[in-house]
Amino acid sequence: MNFEFTEEQKMIQQAAKDFAERELLPGVIERDAKSEFPKEQMKKLAELGFLGMMTDPKYGGGGMDTISYVLAMEEISKHDSAAAVVMSVCNSLVNWGLETFGTEEQKQKYLVPLAKGEKIGAFLLSEPEAGSDATSQRTTAEDKGDYYLINGTKNWITNANSASTYIVIAQTHPEKKHKGINAIIVDKNTPGITLGPHEDKMGMRSSDTHSVMFNDVKVPKANRIGEDGFGFSFAMKTLDGGRIGIASQAMGIASGALERAIKYSKERKAFGTEICNHQAVAFKLADMAVKVENARNLCLKSAWMKDKHLNYGIASAYAKQYAADIAMEVTTEAVQIHGGYGYVKEYHVERLMREAKLTQIYEGTSEVQKIVISRSLLKD
Amino acid sequence: MKILVCISNVPDTTTKIKFVNDNKTFDTAGVQWIINPWDELALTRALDIKDAQPGIIESITVANVGAADTEPTIRKALAIGADKAIRVNAEPKDSFFIATQLAEVVKKENYDIILCGIESCDGNGSSVGGMLSEVLNMPSVSAVSFLDIEAGKIKLKREIDGGQEVVTTQTPFIAIVQKGICKEPRIPSMRGIMGARTKPLQVVEPVAAEPLVEFVNYEYPKPKAACKKIDPENVKELVNLLHNEAKLI
Repeated sequence: MNFEFTEEQKMIQQAAKDFAERELLPGVIERDAKSEFPKEQMKKLAELGFLGMMTDPKYGGGGMDTISYVLAMEEISKHDSAAAVVMSVCNSLVNWGLETFGTEEQKQKYLVPLAKGEKIGAFLLSEPEAGSDATSQRTTAEDKGDYYLINGTKNWITNANSASTYIVIAQTHPEKKHKGINAIIVDKNTPGITLGPHEDKMGMRSSDTHSVMFNDVKVPKANRIGEDGFGFSFAMKTLDGGRIGIASQAMGIASGALERAIKYSKERKAFGTEICNHQAVAFKLADMAVKVENARNLCLKSAWMKDKHLNYGIASAYAKQYAADIAMEVTTEAVQIHGGYGYVKEYHVERLMREAKLTQIYEGTSEVQKIVISRSLLKD
Repeated sequence: MKILVCISNVPDTTTKIKFVNDNKTFDTAGVQWIINPWDELALTRALDIKDAQPGIIESITVANVGAADTEPTIRKALAIGADKAIRVNAEPKDSFFIATQLAEVVKKENYDIILCGIESCDGNGSSVGGMLSEVLNMPSVSAVSFLDIEAGKIKLKREIDGGQEVVTTQTPFIAIVQKGICKEPRIPSMRGIMGARTKPLQVVEPVAAEPLVEFVNYEYPKPKAACKKIDPENVKELVNLLHNEAKLI
């Protein structure tokens, strides 16, 4: 066991902290109110290499480990979860999926600009009637010989408008059920693709979320990832890693709420003393800190397992379920500690509370994580 | 041209300062170390000039006087963009000791521009740059808030009372820089952090130099006096306190 970070990991953590405090924190409240995508900020984050930080340098990435990614995600999420989710989708889902399962041609054409941060990617799995039950894909990718013809609607797509490269999960052989599903790389500019309006969300409002409609969209066969029918397996394997990103985001939201609650409790006075001196508040802080630390350790353990090429699918489910649920609890308590000030936007904690809620829902609800975890406990 | 930037390893500016050993020693427990902010500004300006005029600047080297535990700070300077680093393997005892060690570094290579921060945020001695100039018998310009190379000539601006002084100088020279020299420090990129692993960091042994300063002990600043509240109607009392107690009027 070694709980020490390397100098490089610490440097990445500090770089993410500096970036979040300098570039993301100013203006985050306004962007959230206006549902405005942090375009300029993402450009700078991409230039620093955060969007492709784990991709192999030979494909233009940073070559960093998953531990560094967890540390960076925490720091970014403390201040701007909408920026953090772009980072998570690009790193964990799109880049990792392409790097692990793509052909060399696909990597050169699509992964390199993504890893360099020149382009943004999106992962199109959810549908109006296929959320937690990802096997019920209604979007079809009809095999037309040398191309696929895609039709259908995808929902809740993060980066839908800002992305240039989509990975679309669609059904090619309905009779084979989930074994007939394919994962296909699609250029967003392909004719036949239209976007629904920007979703007016409760939290992560400046994240760019739309539904995406496909109407006779022609995509070359060469854009399929893996063998015919590999799509569902591809999605599940990719989401195993995606969970580490979202777990870290949730943990960062909780960590940001805890830091703000500690600061406020040392400044605000009631009954003749700072409120942190009241046991009711101090104990809340202690409970919050233990939860954040536990979540951080679960995130780091699953990241460590991924870096060691161990099977991390269950560990990342532990991290995602726990971090998302405690993010909700910790942010709620942070609002409570702030009292009335916590309920207005200036102190950030109400925003963190709204953001925390989404982490319990997307990239596998907390309930889906419990299915994954319980099945692993109960299997023979 | 070759640029040398002298960097100090200092406690993060948000560190809670504590002393131990009868207030004779700074307590380093739990302290996070950073590049001295003024030195980081100097390095940032050097990098900005190199980016703008890549053909003119051959290399940027950073030099630090410190034990091996300063290497993470030196690596950060390399991650930001410095090409190579030199560490003089010695505890920085006082300004004269540091200036003497840095002078040896300068003598070994023909640097054209040597940059020092105007002060370090730990010792606040504001003396290394000036001493280095004296030890090397090299011209120096202090309080520099602008530095550029225009048509091969050095152009500097320094802050003076009520305005700025525009200065030009021959090379080699030492610029002792302050705020304004660059917009804001850089954040290292992933590629920079990865590249810092393999950039050269040379360790050299110190030359003999006796420190001239003995640190007797440190004292904390006096705590701020409690705030006195005066009834807004009682102007007489406010004037009385400002005159007789605060002695401000």
